[in-house]
Amino acid sequence: MSYQLDFGALVQYLGLFLHGTAVTLGLTVLASVVGIVLGIAGAAASSSKFLWVRRLIAAYVELIRNTPFIVQMFFIFFGLPSMGLRLTALQAAALAMTVNLTAYAIEIIRAGLEAVPVGQGEAARSMGLRILPVFGLIVLPQALANVYPALVGQITITMLESAVVSQIAVVDLTHVADYIQSRNFRSFETYLIITLIYLVLAVLMRRMLAYAGRGLFAGRVR
Amino acid sequence: MTDFTLWDIARNLLLAARWTLLLSAIAFAGGALVGLLLLVIRIGAWKWARTMVMLYVELFQSTPLLMQLFLVYFGLPRLGIEVSAWLAAAVCLTLYSSAFLTDIWRGSVEAVPRGQWDGSASLGLHYLRQLHLVILPQATRMAIPPTVGFLVQLVKSTALASIVGFHELTKTAQILTNATFQPFVIYGLAALLYFAICYPLTDLSRRMERRLATDTR
Repeated sequence: MSYQLDFGALVQYLGLFLHGTAVTLGLTVLASVVGIVLGIAGAAASSSKFLWVRRLIAAYVELIRNTPFIVQMFFIFFGLPSMGLRLTALQAAALAMTVNLTAYAIEIIRAGLEAVPVGQGEAARSMGLRILPVFGLIVLPQALANVYPALVGQITITMLESAVVSQIAVVDLTHVADYIQSRNFRSFETYLIITLIYLVLAVLMRRMLAYAGRGLFAGRVR
Repeated sequence: MTDFTLWDIARNLLLAARWTLLLSAIAFAGGALVGLLLLVIRIGAWKWARTMVMLYVELFQSTPLLMQLFLVYFGLPRLGIEVSAWLAAAVCLTLYSSAFLTDIWRGSVEAVPRGQWDGSASLGLHYLRQLHLVILPQATRMAIPPTVGFLVQLVKSTALASIVGFHELTKTAQILTNATFQPFVIYGLAALLYFAICYPLTDLSRRMERRLATDTR
């Protein structure tokens, strides 16, 4: 069997490619923003004086980090309706990605907080600042600067892993690929192009976030 | 419709977990072999070969594993190469893990002090002997904790093989769900099984990391 590669057959689907890219990026941005905010809260609460709070957070982090994302997503999308929580595919995907990223963000940011010298907080306290400003203005920025590269890595992983949301029929980049190749039977070309789009997105995302990090944490990112 | 008791579900999932373990083992063994080969090139003397390995690692770390699977499973047959779900999953996960393992191990090798290379070279050892006798034994100590940590990622990644129809834990959970309409219980159990496989590895990796940190202090 001789097969002629034909990438020209894909040009007519440009609009779909753009739509899929927008969905993939949109989900990633949403999960990242919410995940990091919750990650900060979770990381701060992991040094709570209440044992049950620490236990609860540790259990959540371990449970998510030691199970596959696709199973988490299936559980949320197919399993939760029997508990009365019915979500659309897009909502389930967004929730699954956020739940997943939050666990990793807690772990990463907690490591960042631990790396901030205790004297930083103590000095700020001795100057009369309250607990919250000490955390928000002194400790947290240093902690985030410590682990910024790891956070960027985790966001990129979330974006790449989001390819499986196509399995619950969210029209992301991967779903677009499935659709197009079922139309024109050019599965090799279609998947190759989509893979390249993911590659470009991942590389650009890392570059841009690294650039943004230099601005955000001027000089503090290692 | 036959009735499935909770035990039937659990038993089927447990049996399916064997395939998850087997696929993980194959991918790890294959990945370690390919990864070691790539490592030797990656820290070797040829600049262009080093660049090629860097690109290889970047390619696998910056594209979704699912796309890699689809390219092999759905894409290759279009070019006249037929692949089974088994083969596609085994090959993809092997390549995928080789890229990550090479990268992890490169870090460990680079953490061996430069003087060890110079010292062993001054004893007249050539490159492969240096690696075998001096560098790798020291790098291995540092490489083991993150390697075990990667195993967790690999076990979780095998769940994607379900999408190309490989009957491991996740696929079996899907089939059982379709037969029994109990997604909450079934996906919950599947998650617990993955946890039972992965958590001991996570814990082991963490313990070893801690011990290494105190040893070198």
